Amino acid sequence: MKPTSITLTEDTILYLQGVTVTFDGFKAIDDLSLYVTKPELRCIIGPNGAGKTTLMDIITGRTRPDSGRVVFGQATDLTRLDEAAITNLGIGRKFQKPTVFSNHTVFENLELALSGQRGVFENLWFRLLSEARDRIDEVLSTIGLVDHVRRRAGELSHGQKQWLEIGMLLMQAPDVLLIDEPVAGMTHQETEHTAALLTELSKDHAVVVVEHDMDFVRSLNAKVTVLHQGRILAEGSMSRIQDDERVKAVYLGGVEAHA
Amino acid sequence: MSRKRSLIFLIAVALLCPGSAFADNLDAAVSNLVSRKFDERRQGVEQLGRLSDPRAREILTHMVEDKLYLRKADKRIVFALKQGRSYLVTDALTGEVLGTERKRALRKIKANNRLRKIIKIGMSVARLRDPDPSVRTAAAEALIRAQSPDFRRPLAEAVETESDDSVREKLMLALATIRFATGTPDEQLDALVTLESSLNPTVRALLQKTLDDTGTGPEVKSEVARALERIDEQLVLYGHVQDIFFGLSLGSVLLLAAVGLAITFGVMGVLNMAHGEMIMLGAYTTFVVQNLMPNAIEYSLLVALPAAFLVAGTCGVAIERGVIRFLYGRPLETLLATFGLSLILQQAVRTIFSPLNRAVVTPEWMSGSLVINPALSLTYNRLYIIVFALLVLIALAGVLARTRFGLHVRAVTQNRDMAKAMGVRTARVDALTFGLGSGVAGLAGVALSQLTNVGPNMGQAYIVDSFMVVVFGGVGNLLGTFFGAMTLGVANKFLEPVTGAVLAKILVLVFIIIFIQRRPRGLFALSGRSADT
Amino acid sequence: MLLSDDRAGIGFLLLLGILAVVIPVGNLAVPNDSVFHVPTYAVALSGKFICYALLALALDLVWGYLGILSLGHGAFFALGGYGMGMYLMRQIGERGVYGHPVLPDFMVFLDWQELPWYWYGFDVFPFAALMILLVPGLLAFGFGWLAFRSRVTGVYLSIMTQALTYALMLAFFRNDMGFGGNNGLTDFKSLLGFDLQAPGTRNGLFVASVIALAGGYVVCRWIVRSRLGRIVMAIRDSESRVRSLGYRDERFKLFVFVVSAVLAGVAGALYVPQVGIINPSEFGPINSIEIVIWVAVGGRGTLYGAAYGAVLVNYAKSYLTVAYPEVWLFVLGGLFVGVTVFLPRGLMGLLNDIRERFGVRGGVDGHVEHPPERGRDGLRDVAQGRPQ
Repeated sequence: MKPTSITLTEDTILYLQGVTVTFDGFKAIDDLSLYVTKPELRCIIGPNGAGKTTLMDIITGRTRPDSGRVVFGQATDLTRLDEAAITNLGIGRKFQKPTVFSNHTVFENLELALSGQRGVFENLWFRLLSEARDRIDEVLSTIGLVDHVRRRAGELSHGQKQWLEIGMLLMQAPDVLLIDEPVAGMTHQETEHTAALLTELSKDHAVVVVEHDMDFVRSLNAKVTVLHQGRILAEGSMSRIQDDERVKAVYLGGVEAHA
Repeated sequence: MSRKRSLIFLIAVALLCPGSAFADNLDAAVSNLVSRKFDERRQGVEQLGRLSDPRAREILTHMVEDKLYLRKADKRIVFALKQGRSYLVTDALTGEVLGTERKRALRKIKANNRLRKIIKIGMSVARLRDPDPSVRTAAAEALIRAQSPDFRRPLAEAVETESDDSVREKLMLALATIRFATGTPDEQLDALVTLESSLNPTVRALLQKTLDDTGTGPEVKSEVARALERIDEQLVLYGHVQDIFFGLSLGSVLLLAAVGLAITFGVMGVLNMAHGEMIMLGAYTTFVVQNLMPNAIEYSLLVALPAAFLVAGTCGVAIERGVIRFLYGRPLETLLATFGLSLILQQAVRTIFSPLNRAVVTPEWMSGSLVINPALSLTYNRLYIIVFALLVLIALAGVLARTRFGLHVRAVTQNRDMAKAMGVRTARVDALTFGLGSGVAGLAGVALSQLTNVGPNMGQAYIVDSFMVVVFGGVGNLLGTFFGAMTLGVANKFLEPVTGAVLAKILVLVFIIIFIQRRPRGLFALSGRSADT
Repeated sequence: MLLSDDRAGIGFLLLLGILAVVIPVGNLAVPNDSVFHVPTYAVALSGKFICYALLALALDLVWGYLGILSLGHGAFFALGGYGMGMYLMRQIGERGVYGHPVLPDFMVFLDWQELPWYWYGFDVFPFAALMILLVPGLLAFGFGWLAFRSRVTGVYLSIMTQALTYALMLAFFRNDMGFGGNNGLTDFKSLLGFDLQAPGTRNGLFVASVIALAGGYVVCRWIVRSRLGRIVMAIRDSESRVRSLGYRDERFKLFVFVVSAVLAGVAGALYVPQVGIINPSEFGPINSIEIVIWVAVGGRGTLYGAAYGAVLVNYAKSYLTVAYPEVWLFVLGGLFVGVTVFLPRGLMGLLNDIRERFGVRGGVDGHVEHPPERGRDGLRDVAQGRPQ
């Protein structure tokens, strides 16, 4: 019963097929099919209300689709699992607003995100093992926050909070990273740093980025999926997308206008 | 002659001979009274009993009380009141005050025990003829309780001549009761036909007693059992209706108490623990208003309502501007701070007024009840309050839906930031909303003052209940509050007789916790993406 | 070492240690006419305050660290108290007014023929002790399980806890419940064979209370310092975020809630023999709310702050209700308003600010627990008891 429109290879880590979601009569997602491989860097763009955030919600289990399949890896049906279980499977999501734990230090934030150790009593007696410590250090250097390790997360700049959050995602060693509008509110340098970070991560993970900022999307040099009214409008490289008539029409005069 | 025609004849006679016909009968009866022969006196008493003239009753009453005399000089029948050594004398027939007389000038018209008994019966029978239908009804009810065979004949006579349908029904019931209580088994079976459609508790008790009595014959017993079954079915049904009524009444009180909370909670996300005290302030306002206009109690509520709204509303605005504003974004601390305010308000009232309950009077037009049948009577005050609660709800809905202020309130409830961006002065909306919610609580206090004791602690009982209503019905939602309040009120009243008040409360609490699991946003939640964040 | 850099905590424990020595000595060893003598009533009063401090500590654990404002913690305190009360009632035996060897006086008065089944076992101290730990714990577990699973939080949860204690109060007021009705349990004679009126016993109870408080502090500090504590504090600050990290937050909340309830129960159990009575008004909603003000005044999220706050406020209450009774409720209400508006971090917070002003670093673990910053969107979500 494999659909013919989607080519599944062994690298496919996430696939959606014929997904529909309706809120109060409004079709947020309309018969959408999509697949992501690992490793890959994918951008999802589209006007407001296109369904980008809802798509993320479906994948992470926050919202249940009315119909369609959502599969992780070879055969894991995501529609049957709750958010915590999906997270533990290896799908990490970073929300638009940074939600780090402001009262905890950068180190503690990362430590909390350590994979495993989710039981109540084991955490009572928990001692940080050296491998775990090393892992934290590794992530710290990836996200570039080594110098801020003892600072309270609440004191970080906006961009730094976003990276910390990505770092927290990485602690769980996920297969898939869903990143929702990472560069909103960032300075130019922070945006560049973020592009570099995500590109680096896409070497070992499936990184899916939802974004509005077209310069940023262009700088990522990734496959782009355009969403519109809950359906996929076009898919391909950034240059192909820019030239697509339908995309231009939807964006009212072309992608350039949104930069 | 048929009953109707004899009636017409009597009326014709009465019309043709105004006053005199009655006077003749009265005179005849009275002249019998003064006779020295016992039989004539007895006849006189019986005659007086059959008269519908209220003077006849007066005479009999005075006779029983040993205040009926004959003035020897002119043979007038008089009422005599002892004043020192002489008597103040009034004409029994005309009511004219005749002056004072010495004992020597009067002869007492005595009543021995037999006569007294006859008089008492006579008076009861006389009441059956009283021009006022409510007196006749009361007399019939008394006879149902008395169940004395002496009244068989007078009752049968009264049934024949009674013109008012509802009174006649009562008389027939009384007659049937007496026949059942004192008659042969055949008469009993006959009487059961009437009795089994009565919901009168005395009748039911009589039937039950007969059923339990070992001496009752089997045929009668089975019929009585059947009759009781029918009666009990009816009683249960009306009992349920009564429960629903009480439930709606409680619901209307909860509605009034909770709706203000729903609004403030919906707009600001703040739980005002002093809300109960706003209710209390409204009740105390009623007390003060009544004390300021003691001669116009009938209008006191009409004055108290706007006064209570203002008092509580102003207090609410003051609380919002003075305390809550500083705790913006910290709902738990707001809860604590408003709790502190509630303590202060309670203690202030205790100090100013007194720790004891204060008396609030129910005006005449709200007293009494609508009696539908012996098993179902609806008190007027509760009926008025139900209507009042609905009116308040409609008024609030109107304010929210049609006024500019209401528009702002709804905007801020749904999306505060957006409303601010549109130029709505959210600080002002907050203050006025709090004032509105507290003002409505004040109105609730006025209503509550009519149902319950007014004391410094009265608000406490309603804060938890109001919150339950809001949780159940959906925050910030008038329709939800309405259904929540009514449902909880009725549910509470139906549970109470079964489980007792304590367990009923606990069950409702558990139910709400479980309900929240299924529908975290209450019965009628506000939908919309922003509420979803 | 667990407490190595908890300087304030060490100070707190030392203070307790000193009290545990000074008061008994002052009462038993120092002669009555000396100015250093500690009168016997003061021993009981101090013991009572220490129990309150432990209760406040228990509340701080769920409020300061987990972020749950429980307005019904008095229920756990009272349940522990009743557990001890039942043991003490059984100990009266034939020394009661009616002289019945098994049935307590109030049951004889009510014409009961035999002991209800739930009183069995309370004549034996280990069983009673077990019940003191289990009953509040089980109630907390049941209530918490229902509430946390359905994700009830914030104001909703607080009101639920109020309703819980209110319902229990109504229930225990009933004479047919078998717990003494509105008179409660009283007229105790002895505990473990020791006469309750004897100064030695009183001092022993006082020292036991101090040990319980110290022990409670160490346990709480251990929990809070562990990773579990960090997870719990993260739950306080951003519950949905913790969940999205894969933790089952309801289990962590349940654990802390139950531990807190058990500590409160222990406090209640030590309280009852020192005051000599337990009645249903302990379940009263206002009692539970008073605990909150103790913690708020002291400073929540510090543990020892709660203890200090409890002693301070109760001392003020004892004084005011005797000297100016009318004023106490005004003061209490004013404390609520004043502390929440002007002193949200309580006295400990104030002290910290003063110390920082003078350049001294304060706080435990470098953590000065600030009230969590709630974004604007968080307000209604919190109010509606939904995740932020």
